[in-house]
Amino acid sequence: MAEAVPSEPVLQLQDVHVEFDTRDGVAHVLDGIGFALAPGETLGIVGESGCGKSMTALAIMGLVPMPPGRIAGGRILLRGEDLLTVGAKRLRAVRGNEISMIFQEPMTSLNPVFTIGDQIAETVRVHQGLDRAAARARAVEMLQSVGIPAPAARAGEYPHQLSGGMRQRVMIAMALACQPSVLIADEPTTALDVTVQAQIFDLLKELQARTGTAIILITHDMGAIAEMADRVVVMYAGRQAEEGPVVEILERPRHPYTQGLIACVPHLTAEPPPERLPLTEIPGVVPPLSALGRGCAFAPRCPQAFDRCLAEAPPILPVGPQHRAACWLNAQEGA
Amino acid sequence: MTALLSVRDLKVHFPLPRRGLFGPRRAVHAVDGISFEIARGETFGIVGESGSGKSTTALAVMRLVPITAGNVALGELPLSSLGGHALRAARRRLQIIFQDPYSSLNPRFRAGAIVREPMDLMGIGSPAERTARVAELFRNVGLRPEQQALFPHQFSGGQRQRIGIARALATQPELIVCDEPVSALDVAIQAQILNLLQRLQRDFGLTYLFISHDLGVVQYMCDHVAVMYLGCIVEQGDRVSLFRQPMHPYTAALLAAVPSADLAKNRARRRIKVTGDPPSPIDPPPGCRFAGRCAFAEPRCHTEVPRLREVRPGHRVACHLVDDAGIGPHLRAERAAVPAG
Repeated sequence: MAEAVPSEPVLQLQDVHVEFDTRDGVAHVLDGIGFALAPGETLGIVGESGCGKSMTALAIMGLVPMPPGRIAGGRILLRGEDLLTVGAKRLRAVRGNEISMIFQEPMTSLNPVFTIGDQIAETVRVHQGLDRAAARARAVEMLQSVGIPAPAARAGEYPHQLSGGMRQRVMIAMALACQPSVLIADEPTTALDVTVQAQIFDLLKELQARTGTAIILITHDMGAIAEMADRVVVMYAGRQAEEGPVVEILERPRHPYTQGLIACVPHLTAEPPPERLPLTEIPGVVPPLSALGRGCAFAPRCPQAFDRCLAEAPPILPVGPQHRAACWLNAQEGA
Repeated sequence: MTALLSVRDLKVHFPLPRRGLFGPRRAVHAVDGISFEIARGETFGIVGESGSGKSTTALAVMRLVPITAGNVALGELPLSSLGGHALRAARRRLQIIFQDPYSSLNPRFRAGAIVREPMDLMGIGSPAERTARVAELFRNVGLRPEQQALFPHQFSGGQRQRIGIARALATQPELIVCDEPVSALDVAIQAQILNLLQRLQRDFGLTYLFISHDLGVVQYMCDHVAVMYLGCIVEQGDRVSLFRQPMHPYTAALLAAVPSADLAKNRARRRIKVTGDPPSPIDPPPGCRFAGRCAFAEPRCHTEVPRLREVRPGHRVACHLVDDAGIGPHLRAERAAVPAG
């Protein structure tokens, strides 16, 4: 497999727009998303529900439901090839092979009437043209590599016979069976217990170190971001609020929304203060996308909003080394 | 200290259908002999993974599932032995907030009617007083009184949970059972609801039984915390000592598994790994129920059930390997690995 030069992104999104027709008019579900993913890195996408993180994943996979949705602009480049312009046949060859995805709920993403071995084997037969026996062997090998005990016997079992953690391991085995260059993990551990989540995170890191797969981790949990990600994109209402290396985002967040996301969660600490101070709140809720005005989408909930925020949407601008934020406060400081 | 709620040797077993006519009787041991007390005005947390029995405990306290054995008392009132009219009358003293604000509100009722219903059912106050009380409750939980006329689907998740809280407050209960009240909400909304629960506790002197799988939330909300594993309490203590120095290897593993948003702490963290999944609660293993996943288990852990014993004042643990100073096996291993200390 020809590896790209490390500096060259394996996947690049440029100014991607996705619109949905709704009864209240056109909703801009994604409004100019742009980021790059380097080979072997983990990019975290974080935000509240409805901010467009899952839609970003669907756009990359070519799975935006059309209609009512449509890709209104931009480019999604996989090693320079624009996935938005290629035909359905090429896209089928990319999906599950070069880019694959694991979902939040492993039970509903596995087919209940096929054994897990058959489901993994199907992927490699379709994409890599292996014969039945070789595909079967590959499936068992993948189950072994994701840490499923007695993989040969387990391959003959059905999804309902496995625990939630085991099912997610099967999903990972299936996603990685074709050695994709990009793995999109959409809230992969939200349905799992915390000790099992830790096992899955360890597994993803270990497999990534071995195969060099780049991971896009979609989550609402800043803890998971800190644990897994190299770089972070913070999304709000279909736009990128902030983007940067994980250290910058967690320790020097420059967008009030990022600051709020970090501060509003009660973090586990070894020395809990005897007095409990009220948690920082982000007031209000995410606005409906059809109700977004001309200004910054976060302005109505932002404690630091001023006139310009309501009048004009801030562009995403550099605020530090590889660190960008879409907030007028930073422009004001001249950073 | 007088306890508002005391639970003694509570067991909840759900019988399963026999496999065949002469098959053995089997049961899910959801809660298997737990005891705890909650002082008035306190928040008592139960934390554990799925299948640990924390939600079943909540439902048993509310008398919403049949209790197999044991006693539950609210003050002097023997809740677990009440029935019929006496139980209905007792229900106004304890209420519950559910996890899912979507399925726990009747979609055909207006928000005001949902909050009013408990008062109607229990005949609290005159109809005019109830109307005034509903408006007051809406203000208490941060909703506008005119929103009473809306249906549940017209509210956001956080607002729906506020309606659920207003409904729980309607009968002026002493104890509110909060069963994962923020798990279904977005992180930014979680903070709003947690702050609201704290404020209501202060204003109305409420006592909470707080069930959650989120250790950060439990640490923030609770005065005392019990850690459950497969139907049993494995460790119980106040929020400071439990989180500072967990004694049970399971508690330590659970705390270590939580990813922290603090990068420095994440790097320094020594992970105590837990392998595999919890065993089935249908035929729980003999001995310590955590033994099969415990990195420190000894032969006797697999045969002998560890007793929940008080190691320090207010701090109880059920593990053979915790010594009398409250040092667990994970801590001894850690100290042995770093001789310089």
